[in-house]
Amino acid sequence: MTQELIYSVTGIALFAIGLFGLIVAGHIVRKLVAINMMGIGVFMLFLATALHGPDTVDPIPHALVLTGIVVAVAGTCLCLWLAISISKLDNEKRKNPQQ
Amino acid sequence: MTLQFIAPYLLPAIVTVPLLAAICNFLMASHHPRLALNALFGLAQVLLAGLLLIALSLPDTVVEMRYILAGWSAPLGIELIADGLAAILLMTTAVLYLVLSVYSALYFTDKNKGARFWPLWWLLATGLNGVFLAGDAFNIYVTLEIIGLASVALIALSGDRAALVAALRYALVGLLGSLCYLLGVALLYRAYGTLDLAQLASLAEANPLTWAALSLISVGLLLKTALLPLHFWLPPAHASAPVPVSAVLSGLVVKASFYLMVRFWLDILPVATTTLALQLLGVLGTAAIFWGCISAYRAHRLKVMVAYSTVAQVGYLFLLFPLSATSIDAWKVSGGALAAIVYFVVAHALAKSAMFIAAGNIMFSYRHDDIDGLRGIAREQPLDVFTFAIAGASLIGLPPSAGFIAKWLLLGGAISSGQWWWAAAILFGGLLAAAYIFRFLNVVFDQSQAAELSAQRHARPVPLTMALCGLALAVMAILMGFNAGWMLELLSVSAAVSA
Amino acid sequence: MFRNLELVEADSNRSGLSVGALWFCALLIAVTCGALIAAIVLSPKAPPEIAALIASALPQSGVENPVTAVLLNFRSYDTLLEIAVLLIVAVAMVPGRTRVSGSRAATVNTDHNKDPMLADLVRWLVPIAVLVSGSLLWSGAYAPGGAFQAGAVLASACIAVVLAQNHSLQWQSHRARGSLVIGLMVFVAVAIACVAITGTLLQYPGAHAASYILFIEIALTLSIAATLLLLFTCLSTTSATVERSMDGAKTGHPA
Repeated sequence: MTQELIYSVTGIALFAIGLFGLIVAGHIVRKLVAINMMGIGVFMLFLATALHGPDTVDPIPHALVLTGIVVAVAGTCLCLWLAISISKLDNEKRKNPQQ
Repeated sequence: MTLQFIAPYLLPAIVTVPLLAAICNFLMASHHPRLALNALFGLAQVLLAGLLLIALSLPDTVVEMRYILAGWSAPLGIELIADGLAAILLMTTAVLYLVLSVYSALYFTDKNKGARFWPLWWLLATGLNGVFLAGDAFNIYVTLEIIGLASVALIALSGDRAALVAALRYALVGLLGSLCYLLGVALLYRAYGTLDLAQLASLAEANPLTWAALSLISVGLLLKTALLPLHFWLPPAHASAPVPVSAVLSGLVVKASFYLMVRFWLDILPVATTTLALQLLGVLGTAAIFWGCISAYRAHRLKVMVAYSTVAQVGYLFLLFPLSATSIDAWKVSGGALAAIVYFVVAHALAKSAMFIAAGNIMFSYRHDDIDGLRGIAREQPLDVFTFAIAGASLIGLPPSAGFIAKWLLLGGAISSGQWWWAAAILFGGLLAAAYIFRFLNVVFDQSQAAELSAQRHARPVPLTMALCGLALAVMAILMGFNAGWMLELLSVSAAVSA
Repeated sequence: MFRNLELVEADSNRSGLSVGALWFCALLIAVTCGALIAAIVLSPKAPPEIAALIASALPQSGVENPVTAVLLNFRSYDTLLEIAVLLIVAVAMVPGRTRVSGSRAATVNTDHNKDPMLADLVRWLVPIAVLVSGSLLWSGAYAPGGAFQAGAVLASACIAVVLAQNHSLQWQSHRARGSLVIGLMVFVAVAIACVAITGTLLQYPGAHAASYILFIEIALTLSIAATLLLLFTCLSTTSATVERSMDGAKTGHPA
């Protein structure tokens, strides 16, 4: 019971720290790390919910977290790819400022 | 008889057809013509949504259709649900997709961009249809992510720096919103042990955990709906996307998260709502109406103006919440307010898409959309300016457009519930909308230096079909004003049963 | 690597925030966080009814591992849509079909001076990784594992091959594009076939559920591996070009 509570509280705390990081960070990679931290906080809360006792574990949150991880990977990669595309454009512009 | 046979398969088919369209388009070589194939898929979607509407409006049928996926009923499995509200939104999606698919086939002349566009376009439709049919809280998260990521990828298709930055910002906001939503769902699952929306509705109690969950879900959805203090990402994203994408983003994507707000506040967790919170949503909505209209009036670029107009129109939608809270019998009264808002959603989807197409055609023709540079184009682009004017009339709420009916119903709701201040906001908002629409029309009808300006401009002719697509949507927005009856009936049936 | 990304104005809340605003944010978040924790600690948790329900339905699901049963049978619709999410990112990032290309998904680099150590390591590592991937896929039926884990391991094997620079990938080829979409294709095809056989989308015919799940999982493993590989190569090659172009910028315009 207490173990489950510790995990739940840690999950919420991770979410809050990630949210603060998202607001404070200026750099896009830091922002993405912060968002992923928020995601991990939510996943921890799900996993804590799954734990009902030493023998009863609810498999649904485990499956949800697996789905959530794949979605988080997809979102993070798309953001990184956009950031890299922007910096590539900026580099081209810096090389040929007349364009 | 045949409808009885088909009806059970409608719900899964509505999700599967756009998925099939996406796969087909992804596998096709980039040089193949796409118009016929995608128009066919668009027609199939319209047909399915139409059959669903008919099946739900038959007098002796159920008001709510359910489909148990994979043969496992909730809470073990996932169910799809469709009622009158969902069916109308599905129909709107299908009609917009049909017209915009034809438009896009002409718009994307670059084969490489087109090859990327079409699979994303249909995956976005999968997400939209999925949200409207969703009966499971976690499934909503996945469909929201499909919508969010597909929209981001579609905005980035423009490829210029402004579009990429807008897409990145939208992606961050979208991810943040989804995570807030997911945390809320985690809390609900913890408290009630189910993800099924109907079961949640029957189990939910007013306690701190439900309040926390509803607030997190609402913050997530409001971020995605772009209600006033959280609207900052919308104008750049909607203004820099390719034209058909802007139309769908303003017409449908914003409405998907609003639809979920309605579901959660009025249908699933009404026990956790308070009068104060409902009034607060109304206040934010009113602020959005004023701020959106003022920003639209001050915009220098046409597409930015249209995008800010979406911020304002989203504000009207949130007047639903205070108007539905007047009575203990919330749903019976809100049948009226809900009908008004659904009418508003459909009218805005049609008119705003028409407006984006008109703006896009003007941009296509002159290669820019600076409002001051478009002086006197009414003579050169009569069809597009006409489309813009009709769509504008519906946005302002002039009779006999659908926008007029929607505002009329809203006004009626505000006055009959004794909350006249919302009626004042609706009327004043209409005046402000007229201000920015007529500001643009004044510029384009200004014939003072028309001859020399048109000689300087070198307008590129717009294909007639592209202009007609916009006109078709604008005309639909007007026609919707003439036969409001059946739609209101469908909604009142579903509202009466929910009560 | 991302030195010049500070140019990316990631959003309007760039930390141009004043100290006061930062403290306000911190305080607001801390209070919300405290309220959430209090709500969780104070409110009771739902009884594990659903766990018992799953335990009783497990024998009909075709697999023994309850997580796999949830992912590919009870809540298979979620998994189907999640593969669609992967396809979105793949479509957004896959290099455009600029030139007409052959059907081969990878070609052998001949003109490259290879690192013998790396080549040897890959020669040992990749077969093992492929075996591990297959075993993870198979054991997903009764133990932790399944398509996602198998796909991740398979993708890492492919990434090792790419890093050894012995092969280069041809994302324009039909096979490579096919491998990105095959998971969704097979999943949708099976879902529709289920309508014909049992009358319900995604409901596997009782006795054969295990083979249906295995069939879907094999296709999913391929697609997940291909998509992860695509994500890796797109992000790494574009950042390499960024670095190169930055070096070019530096040498071209010395400060």
